[in-house]
Parts: sequence; structure tokens; C-alpha cells
Amino acid sequence: MIEIKHISKSFGDRKVIDDVSFTFEQGKTNLVIGESGSGKTTIMKLMVGLHELDAGEILYDGQNFPTLGVKDKQEVRKKIGMLFQGGALFDSQTLEENIQFPLDMFTNMSKEEKLDRVNFCLDKVQLTNRNKLYPAELSGGMKKRAALARAIANSPRYLFCDEPNSGLDPKTSIVIDNLIQSLTHEFNITTIVITHDMNSVMEIGEKILYIYQGKPWWTGNNKDILKTTNPELVDFVFASGFMKEVFAAVKNK
Amino acid sequence: MKLFFHLGRYFILIKHVFSKPEKLSVYVRQIIHEIDNIGISSLPIIAIISFFMGGVITIQSAFGFTSPLVPLYAIGYTVRESMLLEFSPTIVCLILAGKIGSNIASEIGSMRITEQIDALEIMGINSAGYLILPKIVAGVLIMPFLIALSMVLGIGGGYVMGIATGACSSYKFIYGIQAMFEPWKLYYSFTKVITFAFLITSISSYFGYYTHGGALEVGKSSTAAVVYSSILILIFNFILTQLFLT
Repeated sequence: MIEIKHISKSFGDRKVIDDVSFTFEQGKTNLVIGESGSGKTTIMKLMVGLHELDAGEILYDGQNFPTLGVKDKQEVRKKIGMLFQGGALFDSQTLEENIQFPLDMFTNMSKEEKLDRVNFCLDKVQLTNRNKLYPAELSGGMKKRAALARAIANSPRYLFCDEPNSGLDPKTSIVIDNLIQSLTHEFNITTIVITHDMNSVMEIGEKILYIYQGKPWWTGNNKDILKTTNPELVDFVFASGFMKEVFAAVKNK
Repeated sequence: MKLFFHLGRYFILIKHVFSKPEKLSVYVRQIIHEIDNIGISSLPIIAIISFFMGGVITIQSAFGFTSPLVPLYAIGYTVRESMLLEFSPTIVCLILAGKIGSNIASEIGSMRITEQIDALEIMGINSAGYLILPKIVAGVLIMPFLIALSMVLGIGGGYVMGIATGACSSYKFIYGIQAMFEPWKLYYSFTKVITFAFLITSISSYFGYYTHGGALEVGKSSTAAVVYSSILILIFNFILTQLFLT
């Protein structure tokens, strides 16, 4: 479980995150949603320590991450898996080497054990036998899946996914979403997904935090969203006229 | 003020680079990879430049030494001194600053803008150490060998051109390259090379590591890496020459 308590962050005079609190539950896909530029990715970067907090606390199973020393922070980070928006796979390494990388760094596994783990992870993301491919040889969806395989290689307790569906077609997006959700349930991971993709919200939103202009605006789950009367959230979720009509029809029923 | 900002940030980066590696075996593998990347791939350009430069020094010396008071073996002597003292350790390092420096800065810069460095950090890896230390170690280890090769090929080029153009005889040239040889000059040359290798790899890594933005900024970092490495090579060349030769 990860708790964020009253976190704030400014860049210069601009307050990007303003007093946000939320609890990301273990074994659930926790979504942070919001418009582009609302501060979603900043929250994630604050949580993993890529940005420094101005105020507040970030508790990883009770440990206040920002106040930890370098070594303790590294220990927490070893339990984090992260899927970046662009994949962030190492270009000079094959898929096998990419996925094996955290195992090389932090485990004393034998070569065979590492290869077994790599094959297991590739199998999980439906990239069986693609070990020797380089990132440049993969499609967008495959890159995301490969990055997900690397993120789960070291059996993380916390999984961060930054816009896992950006640039993907709706069908591939659903595949990635379902993968993230099934891995979350299977390995009882605390998963945080940053997204503005409404398909993802409806598909895997077990717990949702809606951020509006850097402030926590609404919390709930994918079923609650259909009943919401929050005007900003309604505007965000049902942005098109067509969707608004669908929403009205559902409400009237 | 900006100079102090960069200096401070450079030394902080170097401190991170030399902190304890997470896993030595992974670093050793990286060093071997970088030796190949930095060293072996630079062999052809160094060989070609050094050989022809040695030849040109021979021809220019022969052209300039018209007085009967200057013995012909002075051609071999001049080629050796030029190659050992300045051309191989300084000019070749300036050429390597262009080749290796831009390569390192653009590689690390691209990793920065595509979040690969963030990925390393989030995994709990000291990204500065993992990315930069192997490059510095590989550079410091392999560049003295490259420069030694450059010296040999430069003198060899001078010999071949000397014979081919009839500028001097084989005997006179070989006598010249042995004449008045002082071994401490090699110590001076290789001290310069090791210093320059450290400067090229660390400065280029610094500019790559702190790249922000997109492809345009990667290009700018690359250019800055080459420019600043070259300037610092010239400054340290002056300092080391003052220290050793006066």
C-alpha cells in the first residue's frame, strides 16, 4: 500500500500539485486520471523520487520515502517496477538483456534461473521467443509489453504505469490494460496507473483519483464514474457530444 | 556565475560516478564493452591520421632543413619528437574528443530524453555510476594504447615517406629517431594522455547526463561536449607542459 498525504509541488511560481492525499491499495489497479497538464505524471514522479516534494508525505507501507537516506531509498526502489510512457527500454540491449538487467544488478540468480525468469516474464506479456529482438525492432504495443515484462522481472511490490496506452489502438490498449490488471491481482501488487484513456478507466479502474488543476477533485471507481455529478469530471469523461448523450441516456434509465 | 554552477555540478556528478558500484561484475562487463566502443572503433581513424601526419612531418622537415649544417638524421629526430611530444598525445586526443566526446554525449543525452536514465534510477541503480564510470575507466585504460599506436604509426609513416620520396636514407632516419632519446618524455606524454582521456570521457558524460528537452538539445550537448573537452585539453596541455618541461 502507498499513501500520499497532503503532497504539494511547485515549479517556480506555478503550483502544479496542491495538497493531494490518497491511498493506493495493494492488489488493486489504482488510477490517477486527469486532463493533459493536470499534474498526473508529476504525482507519479514525486512518488518515485524523480522530483522532490515541497510538502507532504509519501508512505510506502508506512515508510516515509522522501525522508529516507540514499541507501534506504534505493532499497525501496528495488521493489518498484515502472512502465514508462515511451517504454524506456535500453536501446543497446536485446529484450532478454533488458528484462535480465534488474536481475543481474540485484540478485544472485544463476544464468539458467535468470533465463527462466526472463522467459516467464516474456510469456506473461505474450512475447514468447522474442528474446533476441532489439527495442527498435518492436511495434509500439510490443514495446509497452516488453517494458512491462522488465517492470515485473524483479517481482516488484509496487508497479507504476505512466500512460500505458498512449499511442496505441483501442484493441491493443485493452490487451495492455488487462495484462496490468491480471499481473496486479496475480502477484498482489500495488499498481498505480496514470492515464487519460477512458477505455482504461472503465476497464480497470478499481480505485480512481481524478486530478483537476493539480487538486484532488474526485475519488471512486469505474462504476461510480457513471453516476457522478461532478461537472469537471463529467466534462472530462464525456468530452464529446456523443458521449454526453450516451451518459444522459444511461442516467435516465 | 554559470561557470561555478557547472563546476559544482560537474564535481557532484563525479562524486556520484565514483561511489561504490552495485555489482562489480556488471560494471566489468560494461567496461569491456566501452573499451570496444571507445578504443577499438577509433583504431582506423587514428591509424590513417597518424601515418599520413608522420609522412607530412618528414617531407616538411626535409624541405625546411636546407642548410648543410643540419644533418639529415634531424628529419627522423624531428618526426619522433613531434609525434611523441605533441601530435600523438595532444592532436590525436583533440581528434578523439570530437569522435568519442560527441558519441558519449549523444548516447547519454538520448538515454536522458527517452527516460532510460529515469528507468535506471527507479530500479535503484546509481545511473551516473553505471553509465559514466565504465566510460571513464575504459577511456583511461585504452587511450594510452591508442596513442602509443599513433606514435609508432606516425614514425612508421615518416620512415616510409622519407624513403619513398628520397628525403633521407633508411639508416639516417633510424639513427635520427634513436638520437638523444630521453625516456622521461614518454612519461610526460602518457601523463597528458591519461589526463585528456579523463577530461574527454567525464566532460562529455556530464553534458550528456544533464541534457533536457529533445533531439535538438542532444545535438547541443554533443557540440558542447566537443567544444569544452577540446578547450580543456588545450588548457591542461599548457599546464602539464609547464610542469614537466620547465
